[in-house]
Amino acid sequence: MANIISDETIEYVGILAKLELSKEEKEQAKKDMGSMLDYIDKLNELDTSGVEPMSHVFPVNNVFREDVVVNGDEHEKTLANAPAKKAQSFKVPRTVE
Amino acid sequence: MDLTGLTAVELGRKIQAKEVTVLDAVRAVLDQIKKSEEKVNAYVTVDEAGALKRAEEVQKKIDAGELKGPLAGVPAAIKDNMCTEGLLTTCSSKILGNFVPTYTSEAVKNLEAAGAVIIGKANMDEFAMGSTTETSAYGETKNPWNTEHVPGGSSGGSCAAVAAEECIFALGSDTGGSIRQPSSFCGVTGIKPTYGTVSRYGLIAYGSSLDQIGPVAKDVTDCATILEVISSHDTKDSTSVKREDLDFTSALLDDVKGMKIGIPRDYLGEGLDPEVKDAVLKAAKVLEEKGAVVEEFDLSLAEYAIPAYYVIASAEASSNLARFDGIKYGYRTEEYEGLHNMYKKTRSEGFGPEVKRRIMLGSFVLSSGYYDAYYLKALRTKALIKQAFDRAFETYDVILGPAAPTTAPKLGESLADPIKMYLGDIYTISVNLAGLPGISVPCGTDKKGLPIGLQLIGDCFQEKKIIRAAYSFEQSRSYQRCPLAEM
Amino acid sequence: MSKQYETVIGLEVHVELATKTKIFCGCSTEFGGAPNTHTCPVCTGMPGSLPVLNKQVVEYAIAVGLATNCQITQYCKFDRKNYFYPDNPQNYQISQLYLPICRNGGVEIETAAGKKTIGIHEIHMEEDAGKLIHDEWENCSLVDYNRSGVPLIEIVSEPDMRSAEEVIAYLDKLRLIIQYLGASDCKLQEGSMRADVNLSVREVGAAEFGTRTEMKNLNSFKAIARAIEGERARQIELIEEGKQVVQETRRWDDNKEYSYAMRSKEDAQDYRYFPEPDLVPVVISDEWLERIRANQPELRTEKLERYKKEYDIPDYDAEIITGSKKMADIFEATTAICGKPKKVSNWLMVETMRLLKENDMEPEQIAFSPENLAKLIELTEAGTVNSTVAKEVFEEVFKNNIDPNQYVEEKGLKTVNDEGALRSTIEQIIKDNPQSVEDYRNGKKKAIGFLVGQTMKAMKGKANPGMVNQILQELLQ
Repeated sequence: MANIISDETIEYVGILAKLELSKEEKEQAKKDMGSMLDYIDKLNELDTSGVEPMSHVFPVNNVFREDVVVNGDEHEKTLANAPAKKAQSFKVPRTVE
Repeated sequence: MDLTGLTAVELGRKIQAKEVTVLDAVRAVLDQIKKSEEKVNAYVTVDEAGALKRAEEVQKKIDAGELKGPLAGVPAAIKDNMCTEGLLTTCSSKILGNFVPTYTSEAVKNLEAAGAVIIGKANMDEFAMGSTTETSAYGETKNPWNTEHVPGGSSGGSCAAVAAEECIFALGSDTGGSIRQPSSFCGVTGIKPTYGTVSRYGLIAYGSSLDQIGPVAKDVTDCATILEVISSHDTKDSTSVKREDLDFTSALLDDVKGMKIGIPRDYLGEGLDPEVKDAVLKAAKVLEEKGAVVEEFDLSLAEYAIPAYYVIASAEASSNLARFDGIKYGYRTEEYEGLHNMYKKTRSEGFGPEVKRRIMLGSFVLSSGYYDAYYLKALRTKALIKQAFDRAFETYDVILGPAAPTTAPKLGESLADPIKMYLGDIYTISVNLAGLPGISVPCGTDKKGLPIGLQLIGDCFQEKKIIRAAYSFEQSRSYQRCPLAEM
Repeated sequence: MSKQYETVIGLEVHVELATKTKIFCGCSTEFGGAPNTHTCPVCTGMPGSLPVLNKQVVEYAIAVGLATNCQITQYCKFDRKNYFYPDNPQNYQISQLYLPICRNGGVEIETAAGKKTIGIHEIHMEEDAGKLIHDEWENCSLVDYNRSGVPLIEIVSEPDMRSAEEVIAYLDKLRLIIQYLGASDCKLQEGSMRADVNLSVREVGAAEFGTRTEMKNLNSFKAIARAIEGERARQIELIEEGKQVVQETRRWDDNKEYSYAMRSKEDAQDYRYFPEPDLVPVVISDEWLERIRANQPELRTEKLERYKKEYDIPDYDAEIITGSKKMADIFEATTAICGKPKKVSNWLMVETMRLLKENDMEPEQIAFSPENLAKLIELTEAGTVNSTVAKEVFEEVFKNNIDPNQYVEEKGLKTVNDEGALRSTIEQIIKDNPQSVEDYRNGKKKAIGFLVGQTMKAMKGKANPGMVNQILQELLQ
């Protein structure tokens, strides 16, 4: 395997992705990510110099809304699925500030 | 009368002709569900009460002459990644195990406006990540042709439900082959339209730049009819394309005279099951005999589509799935200490292994120092793949090939080796990267009696060409019901 | 022998745009409102929802770019900035990194040290976050998404400022430009204009910049000035002690006058930007650009020139009045009604300024209408009320935007011009104050002031002062 994923990398990506992996999951993730990256490295065989990265397939531009209020008070719908709420707001563990 | 064996258009006609009531149709499907669902597990949610109530409403409108379309009163299944107001929508994930949307996705709204009756929400790979429908948190769906095999994925529930006649038609979504591959495995027909044809508003995103909703049904006529209904220019979806040519049923013609069909040699090489190859080439022969000009050519780059796809789709998914955090909706872990611990525990408990695998990969390829090497490289590869298709469509009207390299594998064989599983999408993935329309139609069965799918790919906005070719081919054979439905 | 240090400052200024709706959905941007009443699936990150760009946001951003001498990026795109925080419902913010809408601009500022241009590196469009309220009772936080998705532009300066004075001059300049464009009200107190300060120090003459820190949570010009001083001192102290300045984000606590590092293992600042796949590029044609350029309103410098030419008011007054868009608007509207620029200017310069100061208000918070100020001016000009009463009435106009005509009528504040009534009152005053009358007749001319005062008091301030003087002199002869 050309791509060796370190414990630190898995730890770091876990922080970015907000995933906490068990010891076994981490080992598996190291292996999976390593072999996926080896596979993805296949792209390096392609000469893409001078090729513009393509994010949208079609040249569709300028899709806009007019600045007109169309929504009313939807707080009941907004909060309908909240796992925890209080005072018409989403309740979360205290944020550090 | 054997109502579940009818196509949507046939059933719709009988309902309009008052030979069948909507309630009859809905009951027939619910009965079939009772018979076979235990073996197939095509649904996450069956909304029996909702469907019966809706059947009466629709019948009234039909009787009043307000609903005259071909889908009025026809029972349908919706893949469980499309929001349906008031009806549980889980994406087959534990993290959305209790999520009841407060709005309905645009495609489903269009279906409802046409009078279709939603029977329930079809099972799928969790967040559409998978090719087997085994990653669902609500149990795997089984192939109605042989319940020891997978139905394919990620729209496995939609395709299995159509094949098992637990609905008359279904909506699926296709990010890398998720309609075409399970359609092929389940012996049904499915279309992935040109990107931007069907609104993505309300479709729970996996890879936003690749996702498209499309129909799954028994035949090409149904698929064209359903696609015509669900397609719309939606101002709520910035990537929705304004098209004047949505009359897809006008292309239901048995005529391919002079049509130029190209078969990529890259699609016939290593890894392709000989029985699949044989069936696909026979199908090509049928079209040739009907007057099409069929030749092989080099499309190139097929082998680069999968790695490029996994970079782009995983990257987008890592961001799209960040919103599932236990704050606004869905699952929240029971015990936690502080905010970040709540995030991590919620997500680690709520997502399954395949989803976590892709979120980790996606987060990594976007992280500082890797963006250019992976993400931009993949977007450049995508540009080259698009160019290769553009060149091919200068010569050919339609590209023909298999939908998948094999027929449906056995349950439990695929997940152990993810890369091998990903390779199964080799013929479908590049179509999503280039935003093209593709259709899968049944073209035979292998020795084990498992269905084989023929894939036809068109240039952007050329659904009509692939519909015409598929319809013409379809005239050479009759729809084969799966053994489970025949029982 | 101590070393000389130079402070190097760059600013990231966030401005909430004055659109009616949010940047990506049709929810109202109105300030206030019960929690989550201005929300929908889009601005709360519901699964399956998709953003659609508000055209007005682009137009405001272009207008600000043009007014700050930027190049407009005619092919611009949005990107996702990924980070987890409860005020950010999608856990990514739609912003611009790779192709921001404006680049390479600058504005000229003037301080005691002279004129100087502050470069603008870029201006980009993005969405605001929701609001977090800390609940002390339950040790939890509450999230309100009313502000989530309100459009912002972020104006990123070059590290061209060297003092708090320059920073404030720059902010003031930006505020005036943006207010004049009508793109935002730029209220620091309400958070519609916010500044993050990037600051480093280096020895005078050094070629390289020092390591910078970013300070957040600066809610007033005073706090900004204090934070700059505090951070400068902290960094110099570190350097003198031979320690390193760490590149980090710090939060300024204005009460304690100290900044704190906002570091946490969980906040790896790796935003994984990538092009937003749910939005299409914005292509700004030459025609569109020209249209916006042609519709740009008069900015401060032009207005100042015009005032000096068009209105007969002192240059100093023109400077002050045009120093606030709100003041200028009221000045012009009132003048248009009553046609007396000098009088209008006086009311703004003296009484309005006094009341603003007394009430600790900004000119933007002025709530009275030009119509009511014009009515008051007309009442004074016609002699219907005297100047003392007029000031009293103006306080009511300022506080409650009352209609002066109605108010004067209801409270009976009209000046008494009835000579008979005045004469009999004055006769009584003369009778009651023989000592003053005698003093006056003996040549103490000042004594008449006392008698005028007594008369005004007896008339409850409503007497016409000219007439009182006239009648008194006549009777005392």
